[in-house]
Order: sequence, then C-alpha cells, then structure tokens
Amino acid sequence: MSPPRRERRKADPALSDPERLYVITGAPDGERAALDLVTMVVAQAEPSPMVQPEQAAILRLCKAPLSVAEISAYLSLPFSVVTSLLTELLATELVESRAPVVRASLPDRSLLEAVMHGLQKL
Amino acid sequence: MDFRSSDTITGPRSEDVLPSTATAAVKVVVVGGFGVGKTTMVGSVSEIRPLTTEETMTQAGVGVDDNVGVETKTATTVAMDFGRISLSEELILYLFGTPGQERFWFLWNGLFEGALGAVVLIDTRRLQVSFDVIGRLEERGVPFVVAVNTFPDAPHHPVEALRAALDLSDEVPMIDCDARLRTSSRDVLMTLMRYLHRLAVPLA
Repeated sequence: MSPPRRERRKADPALSDPERLYVITGAPDGERAALDLVTMVVAQAEPSPMVQPEQAAILRLCKAPLSVAEISAYLSLPFSVVTSLLTELLATELVESRAPVVRASLPDRSLLEAVMHGLQKL
Repeated sequence: MDFRSSDTITGPRSEDVLPSTATAAVKVVVVGGFGVGKTTMVGSVSEIRPLTTEETMTQAGVGVDDNVGVETKTATTVAMDFGRISLSEELILYLFGTPGQERFWFLWNGLFEGALGAVVLIDTRRLQVSFDVIGRLEERGVPFVVAVNTFPDAPHHPVEALRAALDLSDEVPMIDCDARLRTSSRDVLMTLMRYLHRLAVPLA
C-alpha cells in the first residue's frame, strides 16, 4: 500500500491580490469572533446576493457541519481571513458555530473513553 | 479582481460530508521537524485526504532564528496539514501536523489551546528539534507522548537511551511507530489517549 499523498491545491489568482485580502478582512483592528481551528460551522441560510462571494462560498460549503480549518483549506484562504468572514456571518446569524470540546484542567474521562472507542474501530 | 465564483469551489467529496449530528470536535497536534513524517501520520489515519490550512506570520521577524539577512518584514505563510477521523456520529477528531522549529512557534497559540494533547514525532537521526519541542510543550503544560518514526536507515537506539537523551520523565509514554501504517499511527493515538486517561485519574 502506498502512503496517501497530500493534495496541493492550486493557488487562487484572486487571493494573491493583497488589496482583495484587505477588502475582505476589513479594518485590521476589527473585532473577531472567538473561533478555533476546529469550531464546527453550519449554515442557517441559503447564500443571497447580499453577502460577499467568499461568504456565499462558506454558506454553500457549510450546508453540512464543517470545521473552520476545512473551510480555510477548501477556500484556500488563511485562517485569519476565514475568521473575519465568519465573524460577520455569525453576527447576522447566517451561520451557527459549535465550539470545540476542549481539554479542561482535569480532562474528562468519558470524553477520552469516547475517543478511544472511536479509534478502536479504525 | 473578483473571487472566483463560489460554484467552482471544490468542497468535500460527497463521501466526506459530515452528518448534521457532528457537533463535537476535538483536536490533537502532531509536532516534529521537517521530513519526520507528520503529514504521513496525519494521512495514514485520516478519513479524508489531508488538507492544508495556512496562516500568515504578521509580526515582523518573530522568532526568526536562522534567517540572517532575510528581510524580516516580509510576511511568511506557513501551511499546516490536517486530517479528520469521525469517532462517532457526534464526535470528530482533527489531527494537525505542525513544524517544531522555534520560528514556527507563533502557530502554536491557537493550535494547542484546547487540544487534548500532542504527539511528538521524532527521527533518531535528528533529535535536536525534538529537544526544543519537548521543552516548549512542558512549559505550556500540554500532555504529550513521544513516537519514534522508524526509518530504515536510522540508527536504532534502545528506548532507555532515547529517553535519557530526551530527558523524558518515566511517566511520558514513548513508542516506536511506522507513520505510513494506519494501525501503527492509530496505536500512537491510543497511547496518547490512555496516557491522558491515566492523568485524569486522581492519584490515590
């Protein structure tokens, strides 16, 4: 069996345009939602002409739950840019987010057992 | 210039679409030097082809340790590969591979926050990177296990010698693995989970 190969995604020409990145990220000191790489995002609405094309793409992608990291990968946009796009979508309730299950100061044993149970099936 | 039409965005393949019940995500980080097999390990256990997310280093010259002469205000983009394992209909594990060199530590802030733990993947031919990584994880209080990726031409050191070289305490699990094999990489993750489980049991 040959090991899986990483698929390198083609750079989007639009994204090498720094002005465009500035436009979609807005002011550099704007407030951003507290999102983790593994915060799960689900669309609550169909894309409308009212949203930016990047945000419409997110709404399309997130018909089923998708992590912020996956959104970033599929759109070939940096994590920080995706966070900024999602902040607006969250504020207007076009998407819903589900925070990750984090390690508390004392890890939850039932969570770890659920992880082990899932890994056993691999 | 316009963003390409969102109709042309390639999303997940139909078999990679998560059920609507997938509400809980956890993450584990695989950290190690270049070429140590992080992406191989992520890919061998992932149910999706490994994806890449990027982050841009915006602070001028943060942690640039061996780039003398390089213009430090140039933004550096660093790619992180990650994979996914659906553990149940609700619970999803994400596995991130991140480079261990000090100049990439700026990536660690969001990455380790809330992570269950880490796998330090090491190559016995290049232990130096692992020294820094292990020290850094200890400082941050991130629980980790050490997995020795077995390269055919790497010198085989007894576990005890490696443990001493890495100055690891006895409690930290250390195992050999072949990152190319799903079962072997799975066992590394199981070792981490069992270790975390032990840590969660209050000492009598």
